[in-house]
Amino acid sequence: MTATASSEHYYVPEGSRWPIIGVIGIFFVVLGMALWVNDITFAPYLTLTGTLIIAYLFFGWFGDVIDESMSGKYSTQVDTSFRQGMIWFITSEVFFFIALFGTLYYIRAISLPWLGGEGHLGSSNLLWDGFQATWPLLATPGAGGEYVQGKEAMGAGGIPLYNTIILLSSGATLTWAHWGLKKDSKSQLVGGLALTVLLGFIFFGFQAYEYYHAYNEMDLRLDSGVYGSTFYMLTGFHGMHVTIGTIMLLVILIRSIKGHFSHEKHFAFEAVAWYWHFVDVVWLGLYFFVYWL
Amino acid sequence: MSTTTTHEDHHHAPPTGFGRWLFSTNHKDIGTMYLIFSLIMLFIGGGMAMLIRAELFYPGLQFLEPDLFNNLVTVHAIIMVFGVVMPAAAGMANWMVPLQIGAPDMALPRLNNLSFWLLPAAAILLMLSVIVPFFGGGTPVNTGWTLYPPLSIQSGMGMDLLIFTMHTLGISSILAAINIVTTIINMRAPGLTMMKLPLFIWAWLFTGILLIMIMPALAGGVTMLLFDRHFGTSFFDAAGGGDPVLFQHLFWFFGHPEVYVLLLPSIGVLGVIVPTFSRKPLFGYKSLVWGMGVLLLLGMVVWAHHQYTIGMSVAATNYFMIGTILISIPVGLMLFNFMLTMWRGAMTFETPMLFAIAIIVMFSFAGTTGVMLAVVPADLQYHDTYFVVAHFHYALIPGALFGLYAGVFFWLPKWTGHMYNETLGKIFFWWTTIGFNLTFFPQHFSGLAGMPRRIVDYSVQFVEFNQISSIGAFIFGLSHLLFVYIIIQTVRGGEKAADKPWEGAQIGTPGLEWTLSSPPPFHSFETPPTVK
Amino acid sequence: MSNRFLKPCTAFALPSLLLTSGAVLAEYKFNFPEPVSPVTKEVFDLHMMTSAVALIIMVLVTIFFVYSIYKFRKSKNYEPDQEFHKGWFGTWSWALVPAIVLGIDLTIAGSASSTFDLIEDKTPADLTVKVTGSQWKWTYEYMEDDVKIVSTLLPKEEAGELYLRTVDNPLVLPTDRRVRFLHTATDVLHAWWVPAIAVKKDSIPGYINETWTIIEKEGNYHGQCAENCGTGHAFMPIQVNAIAGEEFDTWMSKQKEIKLAKMAEAASGKVWALDELMTKGEELYNKNCSACHKPDGSGIPPVFPPLKGSAIALGDVSKHLEVVIKGASGTAMAAWGNQLDDLELAAIITYERNAWENNTGDAVQPSDVKAAR
Ligand code: HEA
Ligand code: HEA
Ligand code: HEC
Ligand code: CUA
Ligand SMILES: [Cu+2]
Repeated sequence: MTATASSEHYYVPEGSRWPIIGVIGIFFVVLGMALWVNDITFAPYLTLTGTLIIAYLFFGWFGDVIDESMSGKYSTQVDTSFRQGMIWFITSEVFFFIALFGTLYYIRAISLPWLGGEGHLGSSNLLWDGFQATWPLLATPGAGGEYVQGKEAMGAGGIPLYNTIILLSSGATLTWAHWGLKKDSKSQLVGGLALTVLLGFIFFGFQAYEYYHAYNEMDLRLDSGVYGSTFYMLTGFHGMHVTIGTIMLLVILIRSIKGHFSHEKHFAFEAVAWYWHFVDVVWLGLYFFVYWL
Repeated sequence: MSTTTTHEDHHHAPPTGFGRWLFSTNHKDIGTMYLIFSLIMLFIGGGMAMLIRAELFYPGLQFLEPDLFNNLVTVHAIIMVFGVVMPAAAGMANWMVPLQIGAPDMALPRLNNLSFWLLPAAAILLMLSVIVPFFGGGTPVNTGWTLYPPLSIQSGMGMDLLIFTMHTLGISSILAAINIVTTIINMRAPGLTMMKLPLFIWAWLFTGILLIMIMPALAGGVTMLLFDRHFGTSFFDAAGGGDPVLFQHLFWFFGHPEVYVLLLPSIGVLGVIVPTFSRKPLFGYKSLVWGMGVLLLLGMVVWAHHQYTIGMSVAATNYFMIGTILISIPVGLMLFNFMLTMWRGAMTFETPMLFAIAIIVMFSFAGTTGVMLAVVPADLQYHDTYFVVAHFHYALIPGALFGLYAGVFFWLPKWTGHMYNETLGKIFFWWTTIGFNLTFFPQHFSGLAGMPRRIVDYSVQFVEFNQISSIGAFIFGLSHLLFVYIIIQTVRGGEKAADKPWEGAQIGTPGLEWTLSSPPPFHSFETPPTVK
Repeated sequence: MSNRFLKPCTAFALPSLLLTSGAVLAEYKFNFPEPVSPVTKEVFDLHMMTSAVALIIMVLVTIFFVYSIYKFRKSKNYEPDQEFHKGWFGTWSWALVPAIVLGIDLTIAGSASSTFDLIEDKTPADLTVKVTGSQWKWTYEYMEDDVKIVSTLLPKEEAGELYLRTVDNPLVLPTDRRVRFLHTATDVLHAWWVPAIAVKKDSIPGYINETWTIIEKEGNYHGQCAENCGTGHAFMPIQVNAIAGEEFDTWMSKQKEIKLAKMAEAASGKVWALDELMTKGEELYNKNCSACHKPDGSGIPPVFPPLKGSAIALGDVSKHLEVVIKGASGTAMAAWGNQLDDLELAAIITYERNAWENNTGDAVQPSDVKAAR
């Protein structure tokens, strides 16, 4: 990549109060959570206040950015900065999920076999009489101890399969919306986005139902040993990303209705689309490694 | 630059009052805040080190409870790594990246402000984690900065605060890294191609990419810790099928590349200082750039050399050993290139250059002890002894901290518009270097003789080494008062610095920062300069 | 690899020797203790080899700098050679330097790798000792003989100069027999490290690591826990007494007799008097519990609760039995049921219920403990 030769002025914003508000919001949220897990009574309110501050911040900050963008302050170079920033942000998210998948791999391929008496350090099974390493792991090594023993494992059919189809189609509807944007067809853009948001909500609903079922009928819980732990960690973090993605899509939908995007200038749309596709790909990994294998 | 009416928001004078700092979107102001923050944290973290060394001056419990002692060790390390070296390096990047690449500011100025102000928030959380045990918050975090479970599961509320401190620091670093990387790739002046960039810029490009890749693993690890502590999961508990060692993998997947995050900015600083004072272009520029790239890749895949004692398979162990030893190749190449830059140059020995020379010698030593540690059978003896403590202070203090000191002396004239007092600078150099070696050289021997790390009390057989080490530490610590004095003196006045205060400053590089006045105008390059 | 590497290494230590002017320092105080087993000997040689490499590199770097600083300085009007990086060396150094370093690296890695094979050698052993780390003591089980030793810090008054390096019940091992160690832990990570006789591997709760040794020389060997395990990490030393094979066999049969006698005593169904239990209990309490709950029962609040006046120690016996036998999960309080026998537990609990003005008057019997298990 060579430097962008630009005759235009690079927009450097005036001092802004949003970052410091963001810091206060984040501070309240994390402090609140640290106290909350220790059962301090006022902590939930602290977290809630922080969350509200952050929500306010997003409105304000993005509001400013949208205003600046609409009033034509951003040169193409600024646009490139935004794009590259988003790409690096998604890269860091990718590495977050690499760490989570790495955890699953490590548990399944390395530590459980050791506990079960295989391989280099097979002697560990001296400590766990009668333990069999299987995956999905329903009977934990310390069976009868503090962990719940799961009744059955989560299969790959049913809801997870529907969810796969839903997310894949949402990727398609989003691309369709993008095509609409490129040829300045507002109805296709708005229609495609609305469908995508809807699919996001349906996914969310299905997953909520699946969790409910797993908790109440399958005894697959956070405390049912490492199978439950990894299951909820991976699907939970993914679900969180779907939620955030859906909210962002919703914002983009509203902005599309307001006619903020043109076929040559729509960074916000693309950023959200990248994010959504990333969430999609993570789901495929999840479906493969968590539900299927 | 033609200022049309649409640009009325570009005042040329800085805003005044608190707002200037709180709401700042100016890379130099934010850089200054980073540097001041890290200087303050240096005194807090260093003060803790002084308490540690005072406690270890005599065997027996002097004035610290065992848990408090190990809490200080933990917090000392976290402050030094996340509160001193990383912010100072980020501060330098903030100041110098736009100046060196000819940009008006950072690519994402508001985000820049957010990255900085998250640090004081994290510092408050960290301090709370130290304080809560005194108010009924359970055991202090006595695990060391590595936070290994199950010990970290036992700690009290301080641990939860620390977990969220880590999250906050992580957000701050990732955002700062995204900003710097984007700035470097997107904001270069016309004609300034990648292979013309000053080495400091390259170093920060790789540092930023590393940060983006590794911080998430740490966030994941501490989040699992939080869940194991409070929500019944069993990631790190064998009874539920988990493994305490899993946390170590997550931590070191972050932790090992992290040491290169600390090292690389200083390598970048050396890459501009050494040619300047040798009056000769940087030797092997290309191989330095490639070397850093290889370092980044190798650095990402050798993390388990911190865990040789956990009992990995023979194949895995050999893999991690060979990978680690091979790191001597790119790092060795870098140091050789610096040495060959000096070879047949015309050297002068101002403070930054004195530091540069001392760094190369002392860091080579740290690297060779690193290679000794990388040798598995021997590490099964060295691991968790003071030999390791000696290795990493040799790597961290010359390799990271002194590089930043050198950078401060090198760029202080540019930043403040005044020359620092050269005599005092030289005194500071000799004072710190002697103090530092006195502190940490003996620790190699106490480690070999069998002294484990993170112990509050030791057997009389280790007395001599510990006393020398403590005395050295006090000498070293006091030298920092001079450092602060020199900085304040320079900020307040002194000989006026020329735009290009160092004779050799532009040798072999475009040296755009030297084309601006000292100190530079509030908005750096309003018109991008063109590089031929 | 041999002792010819020893010399340069002592030279390495010299600057520091000068610093400690006057202090009488044995050679080995600068270095690992003298190795006495095949593994540690090889590791020692390897360590000397890498130290020598380090030393040589440092000497070369130093020579380079002394020469350059003397020669290439502006004050001597040296003219910088602006073309230097364009010569053949400038063109090829990027390949040359890595090639040389690679050579050194592979040499080191090669011998390291063969030493590691020795460490991982899985020849069947004559004797297996399971070494369990707990906060803050070591438990040794001789697997073949079913004998167990619990080893804790010897207080300063008794240990003298060796304080923090010596223990009440050392691990006793025979010389010239192959011993296999199984390392594990009950609560947090520990590491059993006696540098002279074996390398260390971590003790990880729920997992087992292995090391081995053949001790070739009789003597007392010292070491320390080398993985941070919390409050008492500095206070869990290790001592190994290596004695000749026959001596060891006699020692072992004596241990077995003692154990049988103890078992008979516990199983005798005898009803114990309060003061008998109290004397026994005091000793056992100080050994097992006082690290956390303190000899005077005051604990280290808020983490380690006081037992003096505690609701549990004064209340219902069954609660008290339960917490001691089963432990409190998620805290440092271990399940003592599988570490102590009925009589020992009865004595300790009796002691806790009657010492430090906890005057409940209860004399808990081994049969009560048995019933509560
Ligand atoms: C700036 C920080 C920094 C840097 C740059 C390094 C660099 C290296 N480190 Fe270090 N290290 C730490 C900071 C750092 N380290 C810290 C903080 C810890 C402890 C963490 C904790 O447990 O708390 C640690 C611990 C640590 C361990 C674990 C020890 C243990 O706990 O048992 C190991 C083991 O392999 C190791 C190895 C190395 C190696 C091989 C390098 C290499 O990168 C060094 C390469 C450089 C050279 C080799 C010198 C120059 C080369 C030449 C002159 C060429 C010729 C040389 C040869 C042929 C040898 N380090
Ligand atoms: C960049 C990182 C960095 C830096 C700069 C330092 C700096 C210092 N460290 Fe650091 N240290 C670590 C990173 C760092 N350390 C890490 C990662 C660990 C491992 C932690 C763990 O085990 O988990 C560690 C652990 C560690 C230990 C081992 C503790 C143990 O295992 O029990 C010791 C002991 O000597 C020590 C000492 C020092 C000293 C004396 C300094 C000195 O350089 C500090 C000097 C600076 C000052 C002192 C400035 C302040 C000046 C004043 C306050 C003026 C007043 C002066 C006086 C009162 C004399 N450190
Ligand atoms: C490693 C430290 C440690 C050791 C050793 C230890 N304990 Fe504890 N003990 C604890 C901790 C921590 C608790 C608090 C558990 C909780 O919070 O529920 C505790 C709680 C108790 C309680 C309940 C007290 C109360 O008021 O809640 C009793 C009784 C007790 N221990 C007895 C013993 C006995 C008997 C021994 C020795 C055989 C022993 N402990 C050894 C750490 C220890
Ligand atoms: Cu046991 Cu440290
Ligand atoms: Cu490392």
